[in-house]
Amino acid sequence: MTTIPFTCDPQDDPWVLPYRGTVGMWCLIMAESAMFLIFVVAYIFYLGKSLSGPTPKQVLEPPIFITICLLSSSITVHLSAVALRKRSQAGFLGWLAGTILLGVIFLLGTAHEWRDLIFRQGLTIRTNLFGTTFYSLVGLHATHVLVGLLMLSIVLVFGVFGKVGEDHFHHYHTLSLYWHFVDAVWVVVFTVVYIVGR
Amino acid sequence: MKYICPGTMHSSNWIGMMHGHHGLRGAGQTIAAVFSAIESGFFQKLFTSSTNIFSPQSAPAHEIFRLSIFVLLVTGGIWITVTGLLLFVVVRYRQKPGDDEHEPAQIYGSKQIELAWTVIPILIVVVLFLSTVRVIFYIQHAPEPKQALNVSVIGHRFWWEFRYPGYGVVTANEMHVPVSSDRSHPLPTYLKLATADVNHSFWVPRLNGKTDLFAGQVNDMWIEPEKTGLYLGQCAQFCGVQHAKMLIRVYADTPAEFQKWIAGQEKPAAQDPAVAEGRAVFEQNACINCHAVKGTVAKGRFGPDLTHLMSRDTIAAGAMLNTRENLERWIKDPDAYKPGCLMPAMHLSDKDVDEITSYLVTLH
Amino acid sequence: MADSIPLSGAIDLTPRHKQPRLYLEVMHDWIVTTDHKKIGLMYIAAALLFMLVGGVEVLLMRVQLARPESTFLSPEKYNQLLTLHGTTMIFFVAMPVMFGFANYLVPLMIGARDMAFPRLNAFSFWIFFFGALLLYYSLIGGEGLYGGSGVPDVGWFAYAPLTERPFSMGRGSDYWALGIFISGIGSIGTALNIVVTTISMRCKGMRLNRMPLLVWLMFVTSIMVLGALPPLSAAQIMLLIDRYLGAHFFDAQAGGSAVLWAHFFWIFGHPEVYILVLPAFGFANEIIPVFSRKAIFGYPAMVAATVGIGFISFTVWAHHMFTVGMGAAANTAFVLSTMIIAVPTGIKIFNWLATMWGGKIRFTVAMMFCTAFIFQFTLAGLTGIMLAVAPFDWQLHNSYFVVAHFHYVIVGGILFCLFAAFYYWFPKMTGRRMNRTLGRWHFWLFVLGFHMTFDCMHIPGLLGMPREIYTYEPGHHWGVWNMIVTIGAFIQAIAVIIFVVNLVRSHFKGKPAGNDPWDAWTLEWATTSPPPTYNFADEPMVRSRRPLWDLKHPEDPDWKYESHAENEMAAQ
Repeated sequence: MTTIPFTCDPQDDPWVLPYRGTVGMWCLIMAESAMFLIFVVAYIFYLGKSLSGPTPKQVLEPPIFITICLLSSSITVHLSAVALRKRSQAGFLGWLAGTILLGVIFLLGTAHEWRDLIFRQGLTIRTNLFGTTFYSLVGLHATHVLVGLLMLSIVLVFGVFGKVGEDHFHHYHTLSLYWHFVDAVWVVVFTVVYIVGR
Repeated sequence: MKYICPGTMHSSNWIGMMHGHHGLRGAGQTIAAVFSAIESGFFQKLFTSSTNIFSPQSAPAHEIFRLSIFVLLVTGGIWITVTGLLLFVVVRYRQKPGDDEHEPAQIYGSKQIELAWTVIPILIVVVLFLSTVRVIFYIQHAPEPKQALNVSVIGHRFWWEFRYPGYGVVTANEMHVPVSSDRSHPLPTYLKLATADVNHSFWVPRLNGKTDLFAGQVNDMWIEPEKTGLYLGQCAQFCGVQHAKMLIRVYADTPAEFQKWIAGQEKPAAQDPAVAEGRAVFEQNACINCHAVKGTVAKGRFGPDLTHLMSRDTIAAGAMLNTRENLERWIKDPDAYKPGCLMPAMHLSDKDVDEITSYLVTLH
Repeated sequence: MADSIPLSGAIDLTPRHKQPRLYLEVMHDWIVTTDHKKIGLMYIAAALLFMLVGGVEVLLMRVQLARPESTFLSPEKYNQLLTLHGTTMIFFVAMPVMFGFANYLVPLMIGARDMAFPRLNAFSFWIFFFGALLLYYSLIGGEGLYGGSGVPDVGWFAYAPLTERPFSMGRGSDYWALGIFISGIGSIGTALNIVVTTISMRCKGMRLNRMPLLVWLMFVTSIMVLGALPPLSAAQIMLLIDRYLGAHFFDAQAGGSAVLWAHFFWIFGHPEVYILVLPAFGFANEIIPVFSRKAIFGYPAMVAATVGIGFISFTVWAHHMFTVGMGAAANTAFVLSTMIIAVPTGIKIFNWLATMWGGKIRFTVAMMFCTAFIFQFTLAGLTGIMLAVAPFDWQLHNSYFVVAHFHYVIVGGILFCLFAAFYYWFPKMTGRRMNRTLGRWHFWLFVLGFHMTFDCMHIPGLLGMPREIYTYEPGHHWGVWNMIVTIGAFIQAIAVIIFVVNLVRSHFKGKPAGNDPWDAWTLEWATTSPPPTYNFADEPMVRSRRPLWDLKHPEDPDWKYESHAENEMAAQ
């Protein structure tokens, strides 16, 4: 009593398909990219079309420091994944904590920038088209950073209690893909908002 | 005999090529006969309607019509072919009773056939595309002659404002334009379309396809009625609760009639002393916040300009005929005739309504 | 060599005679299930429920439109009904029913035990259902400012700035945006699941070019969902930010652009209609070959055409916007892309005809629906070509011609295939056959009603009748055609009731169907009807596109021809 049929095609041995977590994360990345694309298009479309109020050139300073922090966090998360595969708990947890720290610095930097824009420069989401598109786009990205940080923190907590091992490498790698995506989006947002848009 | 000339291929030749060489002349004659019938009004007689898109009376509408017929013929040919094949297959290859239950030959594909039915549709697409592009550019890039009339159309919820910038005239819902009956000296009317609130669309089928009025931009279109008469249309972009009753009336006048009309519109409002009391009631009420009457204190722009109200055949954007009774009913309770329209019931006494109406009916 | 060996998937180890269970237990089982089959059935049941609701909505509208200047409905009610009808049918009927069939069939057809992410699957269903309930809650929810309506009344594509605060003071636009946004999360989740399942869960030997075409079509559809739904979500977020945070995305007073909403919406909206139609093609691709007793003609071309349609559908969106005042160049570009997409679509039709050619066609009820589908979809595609001709569209846009066109596709094309799918797979899902007599009544009545309604509906469009109007004047000669349209709608309603009766009755009293009532060839027929929870006792192994054909015809298996073709290609 066996299965359908026959001798299988020798070319089908061994039968290896991509890991579903990775494929799933790429699907999520595709969907999120489509959404970000629309906000970026709106931002670019409305450049120079505000009828009033502060312009990007007047109020925006490229946030170099927090950008470096966020992009470095991609490196640290990669290092933590490598450490996890090599069964180095210290390395894994250390680099992971570093990633979270860098992400938090990024968010704090964004918050600081926004406080300055809102209270000193008088730019809010309802001030003009620039305000509308700026806060939506950067805010959407920051929300994704926040979600990523939450997920990473959950992993950190589990890790501290010794629950994360090398057999979780694939899962962790999937999460790190998300983090890389968030960083890649920041590269686009940074370029569009702080370089092209000024 | 008139042919559609897409500008690239002579249609009867092309149709002939489709049907084989010996059918060339016969096919060409059939096509020509079809076009004759269509242009002579066959379609019109079959489906009469004042807003029939197959009843063009204006240059751009004619171009669209001719292209449409060409497209209908091509797609009709495709439909006949495919449906014919389907019917044949359904009849010829159905399982017969008493069948031997053997499976038929399993055919997985055929490179030649598949290539053929990829290439032929591509060719059809090329022909349709080129015919289409010609008409797009003809209509959208038509150069505006010096003698063209300019009218600004501003869409409101739920009525049309028409301004004649060359004459300083503002009116509502009923547009008068000169007819363009001399082909050597065309007299089109060029419209600029804008909206005061949400999106609308200006559609008078016998004069041209529709063009939208989109918030935040100004669009252009042109019409060129070739016969005098009344052309009907309505708003064609959902704009809210009374989208259905935002009707358009375009009157194509002879040049003399048009001059007479526009001269009348340029004048300030009639001042009949017999209705001075009515005018006073009008000017003391909130009416003047929304409506304008040239030469008086009424300067509101939210509602239609009433300076020459009685020169119009309808009120409420075509919803009612312009009679004294209807005017009174309308002022008393607009919501009863156009529920959801933005003119509020003014809750005036019967006497006041009577006075105001008496005043309004003098505004010729 | 092990040739004609029976399938162990036919062995079901679960005891069939269970103790009778409390209703509460049964309900709990369904609520917490992560089994793709049960989730699929819930999707289908929810879709059927909303189809009845959407059907009632349109019947009310049709009564109003049957005569000029009717006062059956107020304009407010009519506009709410038209918004609800369109929104319900697209988001809460057509999409979920396709996801339901995909959920049920894809794992079975690729020899898997379940979807890649079963818990995500369950979450996706329930959040879709919650989103739909949220939209319908608007019927009883509170009113907005100045007594503005709670029920959305802005049309199903909700053009800005009509949906902005100044013009929609009630909560309707919010219910519309949020209900669909939340439901959309479910759509994206299910689509993700289908993509991952297709890539990562195929049984041994099931290469991509051996998958059933239904799986291919669900796969491409799901990728499209991942690309097309997020733009709508983005636009809805922008709308909500405008309405609640005072932003200016679509606020013309501040320099915002209404046409931007239209672009964003149709970047979603056009791929969306292909998302609806590709699964229907998938059903046809499975049903037509089985009842013609021939393999599908041109499998590689069908795959290529599907992928082609998937890509091109993202380049045609502004053919919904030919009248907004884009320049001639932009209009031209979208005419071209729209006409191009007709080519792979036409190829599919020819492939179906070629499949039937030379076959031995059995006109089961499913096949009758598929045959009518070919006839109707051809015509729908041709009216689509007419609309692709931009100048012609300048007359036809926003008229009843367009309404007739897209209903011809959705009802005459998609719904007919969907009915076929019901008749075809109902035995697999329930173990019983549907009643053939009732099925024929359903078919012929529905065909009659469909053609009365949607053939005639083209004519008022040609005579200048715009869409989304609650009434019209006499004197345009629209009345008689509208009356015929309305009568046809009621005939269709009767046919659908017969269908539902058939479904329910057959579920309880239908003739037992067995594993493979249609003598078909794909893996789902290799297990019991209904399948056990784990689908197959042992993971199947396949060697061709039609594993059951190979089993039933060991003297003439498909893999001989497929590998022959591959060898030929390799040799070149």
